[in-house]
Amino acid sequence: MTYTFDFGAVLDRAPELLWGSLGTLGLALAGMLLALVIGILGVVARTSKSEITRTLVIVFVEVVRNTPFLVQIFFIYFALPLMGIRLNPTVTAIIALGINGGAYAIEIIRGGVESVSRGQIEAGFALGLHKADVFRLIVLKPALRAIYPSLTSQFIMLTLTTSVCTSIAAYELTSAAQRIESDTFRSFEVYFTVTATYLVISTLMMGLFALISRHYFNYPTR
Amino acid sequence: MGPIGENEFFFLMQGLRWTVLLAIVGFIGGGIFGILIALLRTSKTKVARTITAGYISVFQGTPLLMQLFVVYYGVALLGFEVNAWIAVAIAFTLHASAFLGEIWRGSIEAVPKGQTEAANALGLHYVSRMKDVILPQALKISMPATIGFLVQLIKGTSLAAIVGFIELTRAGYIISNQTYRPLLVFGIVGAIYFIICWPLSYAGSGLEKRMAKAAR
Repeated sequence: MTYTFDFGAVLDRAPELLWGSLGTLGLALAGMLLALVIGILGVVARTSKSEITRTLVIVFVEVVRNTPFLVQIFFIYFALPLMGIRLNPTVTAIIALGINGGAYAIEIIRGGVESVSRGQIEAGFALGLHKADVFRLIVLKPALRAIYPSLTSQFIMLTLTTSVCTSIAAYELTSAAQRIESDTFRSFEVYFTVTATYLVISTLMMGLFALISRHYFNYPTR
Repeated sequence: MGPIGENEFFFLMQGLRWTVLLAIVGFIGGGIFGILIALLRTSKTKVARTITAGYISVFQGTPLLMQLFVVYYGVALLGFEVNAWIAVAIAFTLHASAFLGEIWRGSIEAVPKGQTEAANALGLHYVSRMKDVILPQALKISMPATIGFLVQLIKGTSLAAIVGFIELTRAGYIISNQTYRPLLVFGIVGAIYFIICWPLSYAGSGLEKRMAKAAR
């Protein structure tokens, strides 16, 4: 074994890695927001009176959850131009991330809404609370608390999934890594450094989510 | 535009063969090491628990794609003359062992404490207690999550395409470039994944519902 590691070649490109990391965070954040919107809309549509709407939501969730993200992003990447929509790769990646995360969010949020018991809502009205207050205090907050752990771990997964967006050349950390690799040929060093960077990002996010939870959901249940 | 004929379909099927093979190897290899990880993670030795906890959080906190790249180039640096197929199989095995290890740790801990105490009272030693009492029950508890992970692993094999491995997704990409029919090709590719994954998901969630009902 005569290989000598050269991390210097990678560290010289640290600014690019930093910009890439910001790109990853941006993709993740935008993807999460879109996923939340799709998730909430999906849950509302899932309780619709029309059977067709309900079935469409179920089909959407099952199709997205049972096919790879890479296939989904390729499909969207090629489908949008055919529909006459021209977007840059990064926006396309956000749409793909939002659709993918949204399908999981629908299932998670639905579980949370179902966990709120009818009796509590009726009790809220009996206490003379307004409809808005009943929703905010009795439905939304406990439901949020119930889904928070699964929703946030889904968000972490979504953040890690952004690395796949390199396949359509979106601007993020993995594509930055591939550029540096093709310039320096230090494949192992590049990917090792970038993997460590992802670990830092996901660990920080987990810490942040835990902090929010401790602050916002810190009330007794019984 | 070119037609999608017999040849193209055959090419996709060849890719599918690698997808299935990768998933099976990753699942079996990951299963064997995963049990080891789960046992170490629940052992009495603190060092073993800490190391396995670190192993699990590294694999759960980094993208699968990066794990593929690092193992792919790392194995080559170790001086082994291995082909892409072995390198990718190693990566999926490591990845699966961390996730399955964590799932099974949870199920081992979910087996009621009384079972361990009863086994101890009967004078069973560690191996027999695990093999005959705890693990069979833990395995049953873990079934929905284990099946869920298998689906994730099958979908995950598509990332081998980015490392240049010709499995189903990569085969689809090549055909799509040849025929200029990306929507049709990726529609077919997606449908193939769906046909494999959906029955598994369905069985997994069915099992989960039945177990939840039984627990009530």
